[in-house]
Parts: sequence; C-alpha cells; structure tokens
Amino acid sequence: MYPARFRYEAPRSLDEALALLAEHGDEAKVLAGGQSLIPMVKLRFASPELLVDINNVPGLGYHREAASGVLEIGALCRHVDLEFSDVLGDLRPTMAAAAPLIADPIVRNRGTLVGSLCHADPQGDWASVMLALDGEVVAVSAAGRRVIPVTEFVTGPFQNALRPGELAVEARVPVPRGVPLGRYLKLERRVGDFATVGVAVAVETSDGTVTRAGIALTGVGANNIKAVDAERVLVGSTLDRATIAESARLAAEAAKPRTDHRGSEAYKRHVVRTFVERALHPRPAVAA
Amino acid sequence: MFKRQVTITVNGEARAVELEPRVLLAHLLREGLGLTGTHIGCDTTSCGACTVLVDGSAVKSCTMLAVQADGHEVRTVEGLTRASELHPVQEGFQEEHGLQCGFCTPGMMMSALALLERNPEPTEEEVRWALSGNLCRCTGYQNIVKAVLWAAAKLRPAGTGGVR
Repeated sequence: MYPARFRYEAPRSLDEALALLAEHGDEAKVLAGGQSLIPMVKLRFASPELLVDINNVPGLGYHREAASGVLEIGALCRHVDLEFSDVLGDLRPTMAAAAPLIADPIVRNRGTLVGSLCHADPQGDWASVMLALDGEVVAVSAAGRRVIPVTEFVTGPFQNALRPGELAVEARVPVPRGVPLGRYLKLERRVGDFATVGVAVAVETSDGTVTRAGIALTGVGANNIKAVDAERVLVGSTLDRATIAESARLAAEAAKPRTDHRGSEAYKRHVVRTFVERALHPRPAVAA
Repeated sequence: MFKRQVTITVNGEARAVELEPRVLLAHLLREGLGLTGTHIGCDTTSCGACTVLVDGSAVKSCTMLAVQADGHEVRTVEGLTRASELHPVQEGFQEEHGLQCGFCTPGMMMSALALLERNPEPTEEEVRWALSGNLCRCTGYQNIVKAVLWAAAKLRPAGTGGVR
C-alpha cells in the first residue's frame, strides 16, 4: 500500500519544527515513531499535506527524573527505552509493567509514548497508564508553552487537545508521595493485538493506608476511561478485601465495552473486575 | 517537486537514490534496490516479515518511510551471507529446520540477529520474547526458537560454554 502524496520535512531543530507547524497548521502532521501514523496514511485514513518528521530534532529522546522528582518523557523516547529503563525502577511500577506490553518488540523499537498519547486510540495502553498516574502533556508552539493534564488532553477517539501549530514535546508523571503499588494488566489475543481489556492501577500508600489511587481502563469504551468511583473508594482504606472487591465492581461498572470479535460485553466487564482485584492483590495466597 | 535525494547505507554499501517521501522502506529495498529477500506480508505492521535492521535495531520496513533512513545504516537478509558463507543464524535455520514455507524467515532472521547482537546468550524465553513480533503460520515456532539458540551457541567464542 502506498500513502497518498505528501510533502515531507525533517527539521533539525525544535524551532524549525515549530516554525513549520506554525506555517502549516492543520495541514501538517507530526511524524515521531510512525507506528500508528504510517499505517493510517497507508490505509488513507489520514492524508496530511505535510509530514513534519521530528526524528532529527536533537534532545527529545530522554526520559529522566527531574530534580523535583517528576518523571519527564521526551517526544522521541521509544517504548523500548522504557521497557529496558533503569529510571522507572520501583517508583513507577505501573509504567514498568506496561512498557513490555505495548504492541510487539519491533514496534516498540520505533513507537513513542508521547506519540501514542497524541494518537489517542481508545485501545492505546499508555493513555490509561497516564490517566491512572495523573500524567500531563507539555505542548509547545511558536507562541509559547502549556501543560495539559492527560484527562483533558485526550478529547475523544483519535482526538487530542493540541491546537494547530502545537507540538507535544513531553509527557510528565508526578512524584509518587507514598509507597507506590501499581500494575498494568492486559488481555490480548496475541502479542501485538490491541487490548481486549487493559487495566492500569496506580496506588500510593502511607503506613498501609491508601493516600492516592488511580485506575484507568483500556479497550472498553470510546475512550480510555478513568474509573473515578473505583479510585475514590480505595483512598483512606487499607486495601482490605472488601474494599478491593467494591473498587473492582465500580471499575467494571464504569466500563462501557461493546461486544465484538474480541469478546462479549459481559466478558470484558468481568475481565475488568478480575484485573482490578488481581492488580490490588499482587501476591495472592497460594494453596499449599 | 515531491522527489528527494537520499543516501542510505544498505548492507555496507552507500546507495544514493531519488524517491518520493511516500515510498516505504520495504518498497525501496524490494523495488528500488532489487533486494527481494525482505518480504511484505500483512502490510499492516502486524506480521514482521518485512523486518530489517536500521542502525542495528529491528524495524518493520513497511512502517517506515524510506526517506527516514537517509544517512542511516540498513541491513537486510541479503547482508547476512559473507563470501558465500552462510551466517550462523542462517545455518541455524538450516540445521534445526527452522522454516517450512520460508515467507516469514527473513524477518525472523533479522529479529534473531538484533537479539543476538544485544544479548549473545539468550534464554529460550528471551528468544521467544524477541521473536514475538514475527508471525509464522507454518512451524509452530519450536524449530525457529531452536534455530536461534543454535546460532547463539555457534556465535559464542569457543570455550565460553554452550558448545554443541
């Protein structure tokens, strides 16, 4: 398959990239890892007039903990960098769990976390992870810079809050304040398939009591869903079995799955419930 | 107006080509340079048959623009053979019968090569993980995994264990 014709620019600096985006606005599309955009242009779901390839812009491949403790992920940080990261460590268990489950190993060599957020596929895994962690996106344009919470960044299926001329240069994850407990569980028919169901859980505890809880769902609605009621019941609890069961029930209630070739509505809801329970009981008792 | 001049090192040789930006790397290799060892299977970023190495990293060449390889080093299955000697990865596939129809084989070999260059002593689990983006519809994967482990053993310097 050939994409329709487009113009191609590969700027060598951020300023040059922003100038191109400012000039071409809506007609330009940013190419980073390309693992969603190139399939889209091949299938001609997208036919941008101009592709602005940012792969030659230096200094965007980082992921690092800033002095403030905030985790910063540059626009060219690939999934593989996060999969084999020594930065995520024990502090970012939800991200560390998700990274090896993104697509397949070859796609992970190219694709980027920031690109995945921008693509805003409701079956994308990172948006759920970032919703659970209260992540943010830093958008830069020739006019300035703004920080957008992921809850506001993803505005609909395949839609994000970027304005014409803006480039998402970084994703940010706040500092965990307590002891972090987190997982990303994903049911897929085979490696590389979209999630039948994905569940991101990110909880922080202090002296055994939950101080912050994030739960978000992949593949069970028109968007990634932040299960706010399921989060709320956890806060203040000691993660006792009854509270976990209630949180799992509320998460399943928040899911809006549709019956399709990957499973029935009821099945997907059941998986959401099971995954929330499993994520919050990281070491279930095993019968001797 | 749409054509661009790029220079890509393919299997060690600098190739200067003029092409439209919409040409995919897989198209350039197969149709532009006649390197038809790189197969296009699904054309939808799923099967991995078109896997090549770009700067040593496995990439689906149907999901990268050829212009993006400008100034970079690309290796294809044709680059494995040196002076008509099979590469140990190729030998492994022969010895362990790691293929049936052969369609996925070039992609499998390039993913295997990327793995072995990064991790010369992979476990069976690590081989399976590294190949999980490459689909084979014939073999059930068992012999492919054996082939890669065979190659790993062959590539290890003598005396470092795992000699078969």
